[in-house]
Amino acid sequence: MTDDRPIEVTTPFGAAQADALRAGDAVLLSGIIYTARDAAHARLAELIAAHRPLPVDLRDQIIYYCGPTPARPGRPIGSAGPTTASRMDAYTPLLLETTGVRGMIGKGKRSAEVRAAMRQCHAVYFGAVEGTAALLGARVTQASVVAFSDLGPEAIHRLVVERFPLIVVNDVRGGDAYDEGRARYRRDRADQRR
Amino acid sequence: MSRRSRGAAMRTIAASDVTAAVRELCISVNHRMGEDMLAALRRALEIEESDVGRHVLERLLENARVAREQWYPICQDTGQAVIFVDLGQDVHVAGADLDAAIDEGVRQGYRDGYLRPSVVEQPIDRVNTGDNTPAIVYTRIVPGDRIALGLLAKGAGCDNMSRLAMLTPSDGRDGALRFVVRAISEAGPNPSPPLLVGVGMGGTFEQAALLSKRALLRAVGEPSPDPRLAAFEAELLGRINDLGIGPGGFGGRVTALAVHVESRATHIASLPVAVNLDCHSHRAGRAVL
Repeated sequence: MTDDRPIEVTTPFGAAQADALRAGDAVLLSGIIYTARDAAHARLAELIAAHRPLPVDLRDQIIYYCGPTPARPGRPIGSAGPTTASRMDAYTPLLLETTGVRGMIGKGKRSAEVRAAMRQCHAVYFGAVEGTAALLGARVTQASVVAFSDLGPEAIHRLVVERFPLIVVNDVRGGDAYDEGRARYRRDRADQRR
Repeated sequence: MSRRSRGAAMRTIAASDVTAAVRELCISVNHRMGEDMLAALRRALEIEESDVGRHVLERLLENARVAREQWYPICQDTGQAVIFVDLGQDVHVAGADLDAAIDEGVRQGYRDGYLRPSVVEQPIDRVNTGDNTPAIVYTRIVPGDRIALGLLAKGAGCDNMSRLAMLTPSDGRDGALRFVVRAISEAGPNPSPPLLVGVGMGGTFEQAALLSKRALLRAVGEPSPDPRLAAFEAELLGRINDLGIGPGGFGGRVTALAVHVESRATHIASLPVAVNLDCHSHRAGRAVL
């Protein structure tokens, strides 16, 4: 974790900018991001397998693992925190390798396969805090469904976000903010070792 | 109580009153974090040493305030509605069947509260039911002429990290302790710590699981009335917080806010232990009719 002020990042961004981010960096992300969670990932993977075009050009874009709550009248969206990323691990290497997506936002750990694919494809994984879903929703200025509208909350939403507070969890060098943070505060006991 | 149930007439409660109470609970728990949970987060902030951990705790408290004041759900995963019903045996529910009345309350609450429909019809085809029904309902028949409702808006990220083990008597207290701590260690950042940890011990396979969920309904941090279990809860909390996972999983002293253990009689051959986790957006509410 750096003690510096958060790094301002605007989407879309390329490999060089991804390469410069380090696990533990606090980031304020602005611009367009695309929501996709379990059901949307399954559909994207089916389209890729069938060599059919995707409904969204994901090159250099950020996927947000999020199924927002419905918007109250007069608002673009409801609450919008991250869901558990590991459920998308089965699809992520394929998406990284075929779409050129630059990063993902979620919560929780990624598999070794995903981390390897991220290093190879110059992609980053950002962590957000799920229990700040109201604060995150309030930083969404525009929202629209751009694909798979039949999936309801699992549809792909195009969000415009303003200074979304994130922490770089996995960088292109193999850093992991969860492992590093936990190692700093773990107290070992003999009977707890596995 | 038993004299009353022999002699007294049944008290009639309209199914529509049950619906209205469930609707209100769904909306309120998703927007107004309980005082017990807020107090637990404030205590965590006092003891957390990690900068990022303190930052996360501060944001969780700010989130609770914004949710309450501006009508945003506390979390976008507004949960599957898990409802514990204590149905007094002197109550007659009139006008609809009880489960249908509860489902109607969930339907109205999730619609009128702008809450997310998060339930699919069945686990393989996975078509969203669109109204967050059916609810998960556990009904007990109890003495008296009231209906007590307990509602958990249960997020899936933490439920997915829950575990059950059919330990054996030789595993004992230590084996149970190690199993619970290992479950949380392996869950790491995924279930959105700091957690509320429900533990069910004893009974049978399914009763242990249900006890672990019911344990989450207890006011956060309220110790078990059984001093042996209260001591076990305290020891578990210490071990869990030695893991270092911390708020949001970014490292810190507070991985769990509280551990609640519920225990029941069990078979001479068995020691079932279930761990059900609730996240830092723990949402629970109660109503009595």
